Amino acid sequence: MGNYRMGTPKKTASKKTTEKKAVSAKPGKSEKIHLLTQMIRIRQMEEKTYEMYTKEKIRGFLHLYDGEEAVAVGIIENLDKEDGIVSTYREHGHALIAGMSMNSIMAELYGKAEGCSGGRGGSMHLYDKKTNFFGGSAIVANGLPMAVGLAMAYKMQNRNSISCCFFGDGAVDEGEFHESMNLASLWNLPVLFVCENNFYSMGMPFELAQAETDLVKKANAYKIEGAAVDGMDVMAVYDASVKAINYIREQKKPWFLECQTYRFRAHSMFDPERYREKDEVKEWKKRDPITTFTSRLQEEGLLDEDELNEIKKRVAEEVEESVEFSEKGTDEPIENLTRFVYSDEPKTLNKSK
Amino acid sequence: MKELKQQKMTYRQAVREAMREAMIKDDRVFLMGEDVGLYGGCFNVSEGMLEEFGSERVIDTPLSESGFTGAGIGAAMGGMRPIVEIMTVNFSLLASDQIINTAAIQLYMSGGQFNVPLVIRMATGGGKQLAAQHSRSLEGWYAHIPGLKVLTPATVEDARGMLWPALEDPDPVLIFENTTLYNYEGYMPDNGSIVDISTAKVRRNGADVSIITYGIGLHKSLEAAGILAEEGIEAEVVDLRVLRPLDNETIFKSVSKTHRAVIVDEGWRSGGISAELSSRITEKLFYELDCPVERVCGAEVPAPYARHLEQASLPQPEKIAETIKQMGGLHG
Ligand SMILES: Cc1ncc(C[n+]2csc(CCOP(=O)(O)OP(=O)(O)O)c2C)c(N)n1
Ligand SMILES: [Mg+2]
Repeated sequence: MGNYRMGTPKKTASKKTTEKKAVSAKPGKSEKIHLLTQMIRIRQMEEKTYEMYTKEKIRGFLHLYDGEEAVAVGIIENLDKEDGIVSTYREHGHALIAGMSMNSIMAELYGKAEGCSGGRGGSMHLYDKKTNFFGGSAIVANGLPMAVGLAMAYKMQNRNSISCCFFGDGAVDEGEFHESMNLASLWNLPVLFVCENNFYSMGMPFELAQAETDLVKKANAYKIEGAAVDGMDVMAVYDASVKAINYIREQKKPWFLECQTYRFRAHSMFDPERYREKDEVKEWKKRDPITTFTSRLQEEGLLDEDELNEIKKRVAEEVEESVEFSEKGTDEPIENLTRFVYSDEPKTLNKSK
Repeated sequence: MKELKQQKMTYRQAVREAMREAMIKDDRVFLMGEDVGLYGGCFNVSEGMLEEFGSERVIDTPLSESGFTGAGIGAAMGGMRPIVEIMTVNFSLLASDQIINTAAIQLYMSGGQFNVPLVIRMATGGGKQLAAQHSRSLEGWYAHIPGLKVLTPATVEDARGMLWPALEDPDPVLIFENTTLYNYEGYMPDNGSIVDISTAKVRRNGADVSIITYGIGLHKSLEAAGILAEEGIEAEVVDLRVLRPLDNETIFKSVSKTHRAVIVDEGWRSGGISAELSSRITEKLFYELDCPVERVCGAEVPAPYARHLEQASLPQPEKIAETIKQMGGLHG
């Protein structure tokens, strides 16, 4: 362990306020096609990780995001580069849309040195300093307090950044959810709380876990404004997040957004899915965020078959490349096993900007 | 000794001065915890700091140990240098998810991308008739966790000096302040002193036996050494200061010299830091030992309320001295 020094003490924790533009609620054709493309990128990446799991290239826990793409895309597309994102173990989609390369994600799932965490995190713990992606946590609700703290730092440094926290309906059962909501509200912190309500926490149905299933009411009880949206509709999520993010930046207060969604696949790769009917899954699949949005764009005359095929082809190439990249990846040397338990070199990472 | 250059103060004042100094030096530093502001700190440690630094830097939190400890982690990752105060180690169990599942492992899980420069201070220890839920010594238990650093200042100088290097450290540091020590008075070099947070220190030299201890145990061990000296036994007293990472070098050097080791810890013996120390000494110095390593630890009971019972459950100077007198090859 080296002897790191803070260096010259900072007398001013940066008073520079970066102007954040209010995000626009009126996406045009190219933005809409971009949203679709982003959802397709997640879906195709997830399908590939599923395939590679069955081929035993990827091991451990793997929680897929199929069906929930509209949430990550509808929200993260409206965030600023400087905004912090805190996520869960079901975070491949968030990481990708935050701007992490598919290569670094796939290589991490492969457990390779080229992965974002050098193979130390795996599927549930993707991190990226460059895009302010503060990781996936696999302890339910454990990311919420961190998001509160990031927002504290942003506020103390007079930055206009916000922190955005994704969590499942299961997190609402935990004390950390309630503590965090209260702290964020009490201290007027710029946090966007996004509950991805897919109506199950593993096999536990949402309505068997919560006495009050109206989550916005819970937020309101903490004096946090919020809304519930159709999380299968990317435009609905997009519009709701524009409103939420503008509110947070202007009012300097948290906002709660419940996105009602559904996971098409099992909870993880070890789930026999005894707790839900096949018909229920089938019904929800009719609301697939990708197929429904595709049809809408086609009906609006914004997308033709050729364009769609072109998008899918391009994404497939990106996915293939990420597999090749990971296949060619190297193993982190075992000599590095204990590296990063403690910092061994001066870090400027956390210096206030 | 240049008395002139020294200043007498309590351990409590030393901690307060350390915090004040840090907050004056660097405005990324702030203090957050239960009753640190208006109340002045549950042990009066932060008295006057709210008035001095204002409510944006001395933050009274609701009773949400997990929430505000996690918020400290986030703030540290976002560029601040928080001091989170958890009233006592007993309540830190409600924040243990954030300490162990988050703070300790962000750096590793992120492949070195995100360090957590957070300091968490908490009171520890028994002896005040507060019964089982308010008297634990769990610092050794936190010392089990890779990724954390665990400090146990036992002197006024360390109480004052350890905070700044802890804040400078890029990784999460836990500081355990024994409640009995808050009123303890000692001398402090005038300008504060620079101490490290990586080594153990010999607090009393002796040739016959090494007493290895920390925190409140240091003071009891020094008392025991006084008793033994009257009988012609010279005990060396090693103050660990840091429970993770342990300073093997200083420990081994002392035991190689005395050939006898006794470990004094208020914490429980089973699976505790005393077991780790005994094991390290035995592994490294087996052939140099004149007799088996001994341990004087807290009795394996939940802390009882009644004074005589509680005192019987804690290591006492007489018990330490007695244990040493029984050790092989020593004669009193
Ligand atoms: C504190 C904690 N308890 C239990 C678990 C085991 N577990 C992992 S995921 C999960 C369900 C969480 O459901 P939810 O928050 O709705 O997220 P989803 O998986 O539906 O995205 C459970 C119980 C855990 N990881 N952490
Ligand atoms: Mg769920």
